[in-house]
Amino acid sequence: MIEFLATLDRNVAVGMAQAAAAIALCLGVVVLCRWFAVHVERETAVSLARGLVQMVAVGLVLALLLHGSLLIGALILLAMTFAAAVTASRRAPEIKKPLILSFYAITAGSSVVIAVLLATRTVTSEIVVLVPVGSMIIANAMNACAQAMERFRADITAHVGLIETGLALGADPAATVAPYVQSAVYASLLPRLDMLKSLGFVWIPGVMAGMLVSGASPVYAGIFQFIVVAMILAASGIAGLVATLLMRARAFSSAAQLTLRAAEPDKFATPQP
Amino acid sequence: MKGEQPTQPIALETAHLSRAVVGKVLTDDINIQVQVGEVVAVVGPSGSGKSSFLRLLNRLDEPTGGTVRLNGEDYRKLAPQELRRRVSMVMQTAYLFPGTVAENVAYGPRQRRQRLLAEQTDALLQRVGLSGYQERNANNLSGGEAQRVSIARTLANAPEILLLDEPTSALDEDSARGVEDLVLEIIRERRMTCVIVTHNNAQARRIAHRTMIIQDGKLVAIGPTNEVLRDD
Repeated sequence: MIEFLATLDRNVAVGMAQAAAAIALCLGVVVLCRWFAVHVERETAVSLARGLVQMVAVGLVLALLLHGSLLIGALILLAMTFAAAVTASRRAPEIKKPLILSFYAITAGSSVVIAVLLATRTVTSEIVVLVPVGSMIIANAMNACAQAMERFRADITAHVGLIETGLALGADPAATVAPYVQSAVYASLLPRLDMLKSLGFVWIPGVMAGMLVSGASPVYAGIFQFIVVAMILAASGIAGLVATLLMRARAFSSAAQLTLRAAEPDKFATPQP
Repeated sequence: MKGEQPTQPIALETAHLSRAVVGKVLTDDINIQVQVGEVVAVVGPSGSGKSSFLRLLNRLDEPTGGTVRLNGEDYRKLAPQELRRRVSMVMQTAYLFPGTVAENVAYGPRQRRQRLLAEQTDALLQRVGLSGYQERNANNLSGGEAQRVSIARTLANAPEILLLDEPTSALDEDSARGVEDLVLEIIRERRMTCVIVTHNNAQARRIAHRTMIIQDGKLVAIGPTNEVLRDD
């Protein structure tokens, strides 16, 4: 513990100086924005403060739990999944129980992928490896879930007339929203597909950069990074698909009536049971 | 029918039909009977609940009280898809699906995995005055043409009862009169049971055997059109 704190002292001092430089640059950008009447001062200040405090806290927790068991790692990932679900659920306030929906979708996407990563020994079950890689998977599953929910909600509320025309002609609810399911899942995958396409050309992700800094083989670091990004794509696809399908199920009543409407009061809105 | 003996079987009957949303009553305890082959117009001021009433008849919205009987059977016993095929609706705005006119006309049968033959599509389009429109892009039609496609699409379902929600109100005067004439011809030649919402009393007089007036969601009058709209 004493040794750990001594290392912490030395590294923290260097790290805080480097963080100060990063913050200064961000503040410079804020000033530049202000010059063009874009006011992001308060939001940027809050975001920077929150980001720094949260990352320092995560670092402390990881340092203390460095030698924890797989169970502790799983609990940390579960807590992260819950926090991600809370964030994603804000994208669909009109849907019943959005938190549970988001939680299911993010859990489905991230748990399958993390299980495959562990089973293929791509990552070990050590917390120091599992939690950072798992958090990347969960964060991307969260983004995919939120993007799918937002796109599906927007498409449905913009096409109420067309959907109800289909229903009035005797179509199944799933058939009336099939194009919007496709576009929602595609929208949730697109950023990850672009990420995969641009891998190595436009950006060298953090994991690979970290491995190179710590002396790993550049080729293996590259392959490992590809695996992580491919797994992120898989997790995003599962999360986006599950979120959209769960949302589709909740967009209609048991009598095939469209219940998902725009947030503003609608005289035709069917009360949720 | 108040004070009248039905001369034909009852096709559609509402029993204490009501719907309230967030404390607001949209449809309030409406009881009517519609005979087979009868045309009933629903009139009333804007916002009186005419369309809300019509949407309950094919269960696009759920009643919060009462029910609807179709040929004497509670419509909640039917699968919604089957109910809506039998009680089809033409909406105020003709929403056409992306694709060709022929694909739109075949939409209903396709949902039941049935194929509408080319000759059937041709006949339906000919009936609504759109011969030769089969391969046209559905998104490139005028308002009147789109509503005619919408009518053909509904007829492709071979409904027992036709619900019309102000089918001409979104059209210009010429198109509106053309679509109204078409609707009238089709109803008469097929002897269709029909409930039509209209804000136009003259249109109700031209089309409907009987007319019902709705105000604040309540049925305030129903009877032969010439009697109900006598003072108008």
